[in-house]
Amino acid sequence: MYDTPASGKTAVTNEVKIAARKVNVFYGDTHAIKDVDVEIEDKTVTAFIGPSGCGKSTFLRCLNRMNDTIDICRVEGLIALDGEDIYAPSIDPVQLRAKVGMVFQKPNPFPKSIYENVAYGPKIHGMARTRAELDEIVERALRRGAIWDEVKDRLQEPGTGLSGGQQQRLCIARAVATEPEVLLMDEPCSALDPIATAQVEELIDELREQYSVVIVTHSMQQAARVSQKTAFFHLGNLVEFGETGQIFTNPHDPRTESYITGRIG
Amino acid sequence: MTLFAFLILFAAVVIGYILNLRAARAIRAGGTKLHSLDGFHGGFSALVTLVPTFFFIILWLMLQGTVIESMIKAGLPDGTLDGLGTGQVQLIMSEIRSIAGGRIFGTPEDWKLEAAERLVSLRSTSSLLLVVLTIALTAGLILLTRKTVRAEFRARQGVERIVLGLMVGCATVAIFVTIGIVGSLVFETYRFFEMVPFTDFLFGTSWEPQIPLREDQIAAKGAFGMLPVFLGTMVIATVAMVIAVPIGLFSAIYLHEFASPKIRAVIKPVLEILAGVPTVVYGFFAILVIAPAIRSFGTDLGLPIAPNTALAAGLVMGIMLVPFISSFADDALAAVPRSLRDGSLALGATQAETISKVLFPAAIPGIVGGILLAVSRAIGETMIVVMAAGLIAKMTINPLDSVTTVTVQIVTLLIGDTAFDSPKTLAAFALGMVLFVMTLIINIFALRIVRKYREIYD
Ligand SMILES: Nc1ncnc2c1ncn2[C@@H]1O[C@H](COP(=O)(O)OP(=O)(O)OP(=O)(O)O)[C@@H](O)[C@H]1O
Ligand SMILES: [Mg+2]
Repeated sequence: MYDTPASGKTAVTNEVKIAARKVNVFYGDTHAIKDVDVEIEDKTVTAFIGPSGCGKSTFLRCLNRMNDTIDICRVEGLIALDGEDIYAPSIDPVQLRAKVGMVFQKPNPFPKSIYENVAYGPKIHGMARTRAELDEIVERALRRGAIWDEVKDRLQEPGTGLSGGQQQRLCIARAVATEPEVLLMDEPCSALDPIATAQVEELIDELREQYSVVIVTHSMQQAARVSQKTAFFHLGNLVEFGETGQIFTNPHDPRTESYITGRIG
Repeated sequence: MTLFAFLILFAAVVIGYILNLRAARAIRAGGTKLHSLDGFHGGFSALVTLVPTFFFIILWLMLQGTVIESMIKAGLPDGTLDGLGTGQVQLIMSEIRSIAGGRIFGTPEDWKLEAAERLVSLRSTSSLLLVVLTIALTAGLILLTRKTVRAEFRARQGVERIVLGLMVGCATVAIFVTIGIVGSLVFETYRFFEMVPFTDFLFGTSWEPQIPLREDQIAAKGAFGMLPVFLGTMVIATVAMVIAVPIGLFSAIYLHEFASPKIRAVIKPVLEILAGVPTVVYGFFAILVIAPAIRSFGTDLGLPIAPNTALAAGLVMGIMLVPFISSFADDALAAVPRSLRDGSLALGATQAETISKVLFPAAIPGIVGGILLAVSRAIGETMIVVMAAGLIAKMTINPLDSVTTVTVQIVTLLIGDTAFDSPKTLAAFALGMVLFVMTLIINIFALRIVRKYREIYD
C-alpha cells in the first residue's frame, strides 16, 4: 500500500543525535506534550506523524528551543544534543539554533532580496570571508533547495514576490545555507506541487548523508518515502516510535494502525 | 418655544413608531405574511417623520434671525439708515436688540423703541408659527407613513436607505468643511498678494509686519519676507525631531522587544500620560525649567544665550513628540509578522540581529510614516512656541538664538484689533497657507509610505 522507504529495509543503527527523556510541554495550563521519550539518530530522517493538534510542531520546536519565544510555554524534562542538555543554563540558544536549523509550516521569507534571504544566515555566522565565497554558498544552497534554476536570473528581486511553493523552497535553501547539523522541517511540502515536493524529498534524502533530519508531515506516503524512523503522536503522547517500515506495515499500537489506515484524525 | 417644537417632534416620532408597529402587528395577527419585520415599519415612520422635520426646525431657527432683522430694517422710518457704514448699522441694530431684551441705556429715540416692540412681537409670532408648522408637518408625515403599512411594503429597505443617506450626509460634512476652510484661506491669501508681491513674500529675508494702521502713525514701513519665519520653524522642528526620533524609536524597540511585562506595564501608561499633557503645560515647562537651565549652562560656558532660545522650545516639543513616534514605531514593529522574527531566530540570529536586520527594515516604512506625521505636527505646533520661542524674526539657524515661527507670527498678527483689510492681518493667512501646503505635502508623503507598507503584509 505504501512505497517502501528508501533505505528503511536495512535497520542500520546510527549514533543518537538528539535524545529526549520525559519531555513535558505546557502552554499555560494546557498540557501539550506528555512524557515523550525519543531518540533521533544522526544521518537519519525521522518523521513525526499524527492528527492535527497532537503536538508535533510543539515537540519539534523544543528541539531548537524555539518555544523560548512563546511566553506562556514551559518545557520540562531532558533534551540532549550530542549528549549535552540543550536546556542547561550554559547553553546559548542562539548557538544551538545555528546547529539545529528549522523550516516552518508557512513560508516566511524576509522582505529582502532572494540573495539576501539566503545570505542572511551565513553572514551573521561569518561563514564567508569574501563576496565570491558568499555567492558560492548562496548558489549551493539555492541548488539544494531545488529553486536555483527558477531564481538565478532574479536574485536581487524580493523573496516575498515568489509564489508560495517557491517561497517555501527559498526558506529551505535559507535553512540549509547555514549548514546545520540537524534540520527540523515542519510540514515543508504543504504548499508545494508534486514536482517541487519530489525535489524537496530528494533534497531530504541527500541531506541525510550528512545531517539528521526531522520532518513533520500529514502525508503518510511522504513519511513512508523519505523517513527511516517514524514517530506517531496522539493527543500529546508519543504512541509509537520505530522503523518506518515496521510502523507502516506492522504497527504495534492499535491507535497507530487506525491512524495510518485513516480511521483517526 | 423652540424646545416645545423639539418636544412635539419627539412625541411625533414615538407616536408614528407605535402606530406603524401596531398596524403591522395587526396585519400579522390577521394571518398575512409581512415582507419586513414589525419594527422596521415603526422605524420607517419614525425616520420619515424625524429627518425632514428636524431639518425644517433647524433651518427655521437659522433663518429667522436674518429675516426678522431685514423686516425691522425695512420698517424703520425712511432715511434713518441712509449714508451709514456697516459698523454703524450694526450698532443701531444691536441697540434695538438690547432694548427688546429689556436692557435700556439712557433715553433712546422713539423710533428705536418702536422697532424694539416690533422685534418682540415678530419673534413671538415666529416661534408660534414654528410650533404650528411643526405640528402640521409631523401630523402629515405620520399619516403618510401610516398608509404605507402593507404586507408587501419593503420597510426594511426604506429604513436602510434613509440610514445610508444620513451616513452619506455625515461623511460629506467633513468634505464641505475642508473645502470651506481651504477656500477661505485661499481667498484671504489672494487678497494679501494683491497688496504684497508674491516674490517679496516668498523670498524676502526680512519680516517686520508692524505697519502703520493710520496715516499719522509713525512706524516702520513693514516687510513681509517669510524666509526668516520659515527658517525659525525649521530650526525648532529640527531640534524637536533630533530629540524625538531617537528617544521615541529606542523606547519603542525596548518596550516591544526587551522590556519585561512588568516594566512595560509601568512605562506604557507613562508614555500615554505624556501624550495627554496639554501643550500649554509643555510651554510652562519650557519657560520655567528648560530655558533657565540652558541659560545658566550657557553662562557657565561663557556663551551669550538669549532668554528665549529655539533650543528650549525645540527640546520641549521633542519631548511632546516622543510618545507619538514611539507609539507609531510600536505599531509598525507589532505589524511585522511573528513568523519573520521566528525565521530569523531559527537561523541562529541573536535578538539584536533579528531586530536590526529583519524587524526594523520591515517596519521602516511605518516608522518613517510616523516620523513624517510627527514633523508636520512639529511644524504646526503653536502653544509651546508661542510661550517659549521669541517674537523677532531673525535669519539664523543657530538654535541658541531666539527665533520665531510661522505659527507664532500668525498668532501675534491676529491678536488685538483685527480689521481684515490691512496687509498686516492678511499676512497671517498667507503664512497659514504656507503652513497648510507644507503639512499637506508631508502628510501625503507619510500616508503614501504607510499605505505602501501595509500592502506588503496584507
Ligand atoms: N502558542 C500556543 N499557545 C497556546 N497553545 C498552543 C500554542 N501552540 C500550540 N498550542 C496547543 O498545543 C497543542 C499542540 O499544538 P501543535 O501546534 O504542536 O499541533 P500540531 O501537531 O503541530 O498540529 P498541526 O498538524 O495542525 O500543525 C494544541 O492543542 C494547541 O492548541
Ligand atoms: Mg503543526
